[in-house]
Amino acid sequence: MQQLREIWRTFRRRPMGIVGALMLFSVVFVAIFAPWLAPYDPDVKIDIDPEDLLAPPDVEHLLGRDDAGKDVLSQLIYGARVSLTVGFVASFMSMFIGTTVGLIAGYIGGRIGNALMRLTDFLLVIPDLPLMLVIISIWGRGLWKIIFVIGMLGWTYNARLVRSQVLSIRERQFVLRARAIGAGSLRIILRHIFPQVLPLILAQAVLSVSGAIIAESSLSFLGLGDPTLVSWGMMLNFAFERAISRMAWWFLLPPGFAIVWVSVGLIMMGTTLEEIVNPRLRTHHLFDPRHMVALIAGVRPRAEAEGAME
Amino acid sequence: MQRSDYLIRRVFFALATLVVVIGFNFFLFRILPGDPIKSIARSPRLTREAREKLRVDFGLDKPVFFDGERLRKGDVLGAFDTQFTAYVRALLHGNLGISYRSRRDVAEVLAERVWRTVVLVAGAETLALLFGVVLGLVSAWRRGTRLEMTILLWALISWGLPNFFLGIILLLLARGHLPVGGMATPGLKPEHGLAYWADVGRHLILPTLTMAIVYTSSYVLIMRSSVVEVLSEDYILTAKAKGLNTFQILRDHALKNAMLPMVTMVALNLAYTVGGAIQVETVFSWPGIGRLMYDSVQLRDYPILQGTFLLLALSVIVANLLADLLYSVLDPRVKAE
Repeated sequence: MQQLREIWRTFRRRPMGIVGALMLFSVVFVAIFAPWLAPYDPDVKIDIDPEDLLAPPDVEHLLGRDDAGKDVLSQLIYGARVSLTVGFVASFMSMFIGTTVGLIAGYIGGRIGNALMRLTDFLLVIPDLPLMLVIISIWGRGLWKIIFVIGMLGWTYNARLVRSQVLSIRERQFVLRARAIGAGSLRIILRHIFPQVLPLILAQAVLSVSGAIIAESSLSFLGLGDPTLVSWGMMLNFAFERAISRMAWWFLLPPGFAIVWVSVGLIMMGTTLEEIVNPRLRTHHLFDPRHMVALIAGVRPRAEAEGAME
Repeated sequence: MQRSDYLIRRVFFALATLVVVIGFNFFLFRILPGDPIKSIARSPRLTREAREKLRVDFGLDKPVFFDGERLRKGDVLGAFDTQFTAYVRALLHGNLGISYRSRRDVAEVLAERVWRTVVLVAGAETLALLFGVVLGLVSAWRRGTRLEMTILLWALISWGLPNFFLGIILLLLARGHLPVGGMATPGLKPEHGLAYWADVGRHLILPTLTMAIVYTSSYVLIMRSSVVEVLSEDYILTAKAKGLNTFQILRDHALKNAMLPMVTMVALNLAYTVGGAIQVETVFSWPGIGRLMYDSVQLRDYPILQGTFLLLALSVIVANLLADLLYSVLDPRVKAE
């Protein structure tokens, strides 16, 4: 808790992180209050008059209408729910698996650890998107299947990151002391090592949400999204298939910009968090000393502070 | 550990990965619902006998993986006369099956299209690497300045940009100025010589640019953190103390050492790049492996899908092995963990 508060104190002084967080929360807000914000029911075809299909924006329909006469803005607002659900649930899954694998491989090591790392290396070289395409097209389309596939394939990087951290933490004094007074492996992992890697995992989790959102939209764009839900990727798929010849930019651009908006927000937030929690050096020998002050004021090098305590 | 040990381990790992991919590829497509014979011969008038004959011809009467019955009778070799061994044997002969739709040999279709994707990916990777290294170096050196923030922000935005959406934007912008779909203007044939290839080149511009822009971002970010790390090493301080100017330090001391992690990154990135190729080829109708994958997903053409996936996985595995080997040549300190 103490740690998280300290991270927040640094984080709130970083404009990039704050802007990113605001971008994310604007989408979260839209997703939660979708029924109140959307001017129309996204599934209802408003007009069946042929000239209203793909009608350009006007006062009643701020982003025009799609090829079935539905309101684009309302679909966009409801689409936020799909993207965020996929992003957060899939990311939670891959963070959970990756952290578990990383902790076991790093702390326990041995034959099990080796086997886990070989599995990680194996998944790391398998091309993700083609594999997802193959699995979903065989297994069938569906929201939970997409979430499952993205979560199951996205944990490798986190596992490696956690493992490398655990390997160095394992040899530190407080772990050795805990072991000396007879603490078991499980207790050491959960009580002493996990809290140390948690900040890094959180930064990684934020980045992985954006990865999951982009993966979902790619799958949907390629025609493998959940057929019962309109996600941003699926809107782009429809728009690309049916509206590009008519240059219906009001149908093509908004869902794409929505994806970019939320993923860039997450990336800005995640990168800032990563810079705060990653104990790497933040300055170098060709560094212009004029900027040094700002950096040091912004970031207290955690690694050094901890090292001094030991 | 000896370097040869390291190399042997890497080769062994690559082979093991390949075996798992082949096994996975076999089983995944085996759990498909429906009768594969019906997918090839759709006619409802096909007699039971004819269907049975097809089943035997394709080896589908054999057990899937392992014949326990025959092993118990002492026929060890016969126990492995199964669909899986038939599949592996066919693979080794370069036989990937026949397309459900076009009835063409899958290997033949892939061979015809693979170069188009190779050209696209190679061009995009080269551009991305070039820009990524330069921008990453500059942004690390000018750390804390407005220039770094600009490069960083731009890299972060293009990192969050899906390939297919950037493709659509460029397509809308370039419409009327550049060809936006296909590989060549209809009517133009390879026999036209130079005019044809120039036309193909013009069709390549947009897809290459799309992929290059998206992939530059990850190289910028990696190069930047790599250079920052290198610049904080003591030998940079030594170089500075010797009186070398900034350009010399960057070129002779920072660049070379910071490039090392990039070798691994290019190979690892390839796993993402082929995914990007599917999206970009779909947007621009570039008739390569990626577009083939998209089409076969729409048409449920599983043999093509299976072959394409195998080819993509194989090329990424080989690229990673090559990167490992190259890395151990470039950096003599390399040892296995």
